[in-house]
Amino acid sequence: MANMNPKKNPMPSQAAEVRAHNFLEVALGYTEEAAIDEANRCLNCKHMPCVTGCPVNIHIPAFISKIKEGDFEGAYRIISQSSSLPAVCGRVCPQETQCEAKCVRGIKGEPVGIGRLERFVADWHNTYASGEVNRPAPNGHKVAVVGSGPSGLTCAGDLAKKGYSVTVFEALHTAGGVLVYGIPEFRLPKEIVKKEVDTLKALGVEMQTNVVIGKTLTIDELFEDGFEAVYVASGAGLPNFMNIPGEACKGVYSANEYLTRSNLMKAYLTSPDTPIMKGGRVAVVGGGNVAMDAARTALRLGADEVYIVYRRSMQELPARREEVEHAEEEGVKFLLLTNPTEIIGYQNPDDPRDPKNGFVSGMKCIRMELGEPDEKGRRRPVAIPNSEFILDVDTVIIAVGTSPNPLIKDTTEGLNVNSRGGIIVEDTTGKTSRDKVYAGGDAVTGAATVISAMGAGKVAAKAIHEAICGE
Amino acid sequence: MYQIIHKRSLNPTVTLMDIHAPLVARKAKAGQFIILRVDEEGERIPLTVAGYDREAGTVRIIFQIVGATTEKLNRKNQGEFISDFVGPLGRPTDLEGKKKVCIVGGGVGCAIALPVAQALHEMGAEVTSVIGFRSKDLLILEEEFRAVSKTLTVMTDDGSYGRKGNVCVPLNEMFSAGETFDEIITIGPLIMMKFVVEAARPTGIPCTVSMNPIMIDGTGMCGGCRLTLVQEGKRITKFACVDGPDFNGYEVDFDEAMSRSRMYFPFERKKHEDTCNLFKGDN
Repeated sequence: MANMNPKKNPMPSQAAEVRAHNFLEVALGYTEEAAIDEANRCLNCKHMPCVTGCPVNIHIPAFISKIKEGDFEGAYRIISQSSSLPAVCGRVCPQETQCEAKCVRGIKGEPVGIGRLERFVADWHNTYASGEVNRPAPNGHKVAVVGSGPSGLTCAGDLAKKGYSVTVFEALHTAGGVLVYGIPEFRLPKEIVKKEVDTLKALGVEMQTNVVIGKTLTIDELFEDGFEAVYVASGAGLPNFMNIPGEACKGVYSANEYLTRSNLMKAYLTSPDTPIMKGGRVAVVGGGNVAMDAARTALRLGADEVYIVYRRSMQELPARREEVEHAEEEGVKFLLLTNPTEIIGYQNPDDPRDPKNGFVSGMKCIRMELGEPDEKGRRRPVAIPNSEFILDVDTVIIAVGTSPNPLIKDTTEGLNVNSRGGIIVEDTTGKTSRDKVYAGGDAVTGAATVISAMGAGKVAAKAIHEAICGE
Repeated sequence: MYQIIHKRSLNPTVTLMDIHAPLVARKAKAGQFIILRVDEEGERIPLTVAGYDREAGTVRIIFQIVGATTEKLNRKNQGEFISDFVGPLGRPTDLEGKKKVCIVGGGVGCAIALPVAQALHEMGAEVTSVIGFRSKDLLILEEEFRAVSKTLTVMTDDGSYGRKGNVCVPLNEMFSAGETFDEIITIGPLIMMKFVVEAARPTGIPCTVSMNPIMIDGTGMCGGCRLTLVQEGKRITKFACVDGPDFNGYEVDFDEAMSRSRMYFPFERKKHEDTCNLFKGDN
């Protein structure tokens, strides 16, 4: 008998006032009882609308049915047929606009908590299952994957399951890409990413860290080394700045730098080797998920005040609703319809050697109002004359987007990119303008979601398999 | 893991290491840099390549012990390993078509000026070298420079070796005497490069500087290494890791670069002290 409660089982979480001061995970996960109770809300619809909402088409009603039976490992096996990173997706996917948006239960109440159930199943597996993996028989073909973020890992996993010998090349010292350098510990513990990477290694995927494709090796050299196809998933690494005066002041970070220092380099620990500015008053410019991550990291690093400075209103804020709510609960303040025009650096007129010289002392902002909609239908923010004011801050984090990294484009002849630097691909296959070179994820689209990058990895893995094995 | 094949102390604060990193050695060129981590949880630091042996698969680094990470690196012995070593990063120094070049090195910067001088010498270019140090104890690589230079001038701030004064003294003398070059390449402390650029400016001789700002990834991802070039009055942001590390010295905003390089001074000093205290326990 289905559970007809219109509301989801609530997600147990650390209290806002506690979690705002630690880097432990915010959401704690369902118990077995809560998971079964939530699973029983699923009506097991024949037409499975949820599956069409999932970029990697997980057999959602099937895995939920297994949870109903208490067969959690069975549920995991179903998810892992479609997803190489279930513990990650259960945490960072925007389910509210994907699978859960299509759920029939969502019409008269809240949809089934598919993301929460996926997370439960993956965590259960990681805790209780033997880590043994059936290594498929090798098929004798070699494929290279550039970048170990969600897109690269997905492509590598899918190909390894078919028997390919896959090598993933990662520029940084740890595999995981944005999952380790970008998304903070309190949203996605790095231990979980490591487990997912270890699962792929157990499948036979080789991870080569400290190799920058485009520098250490080129795509052409990968082919010379016997790789039969290359999947480029190098991400959207280059931070955008605002090009306003004062961005070179000390205390101004790109969100990439700030988050990399804290996440990858562990600057949040008590005695880190890598420094980061802690405490004080922090402004984060931008309204996306990365801005929320940076703001919440700043709070946890001991900031007295953290502001999100965004030029449109709350309605246009592109971050996930859940992230915005979490940030608000924790004490992040939202300065909406506000745009920075200048970052002001301290300069002691009497002492050119004052150590405070050159550090941020404030940010000049202007109030905005919403005007006519632009070509995307979003109302364009317009500055209100004479409304400038100075925000008293000493750290500014710029989170206004990223662009694809040009290192590969610059060293790969015949690889076509669009005006924004994204690699041009055929949607249904991930094929680029270069024979045997495929691409996907943020390197193609510019900054997007983990799951869409994974979807692209899946598409490319399928196309590569068809091209090499003709299936 | 990357093995330290060879280690040698060049002076009390400067150490040379050859690191086994065949993929980096295969590609490295003068002017490029690597990023290393000594151990797990260690900091990533950039070091400009001081040489390479493609056959042996080794890359030479020469570093000054200035902070916690270089202190830890210096405590590693020949035969031991460091966690990470990635490169070659950045663009190589552009030497094409250069026939007569003046190399100006300062302190540990001489270590990375040397491969540039050597490459020029091998190309058949005429190399005039000026190298400067605080004092005689800090002198490095004199013989190596002499071997590839038509003339070599050694300067020390305190006059304990060579001529007394900074590197601009002989430079200004050469310019006054009407000496000219296809290019001046200067590598050393920011303040020295700033003054070399100012000395060269009236001559109009192209002047290349090698920047070494604070970095994390070295691939363009963090933007921490950004610096400002002034081109026709317009201020343009560049990333040293992917656009450099070499830049047209006449365009670099050195004051800003110097300010940025001091961002973490208090942290770095404390961390270095803590690290030294940690090692004291071992001895």
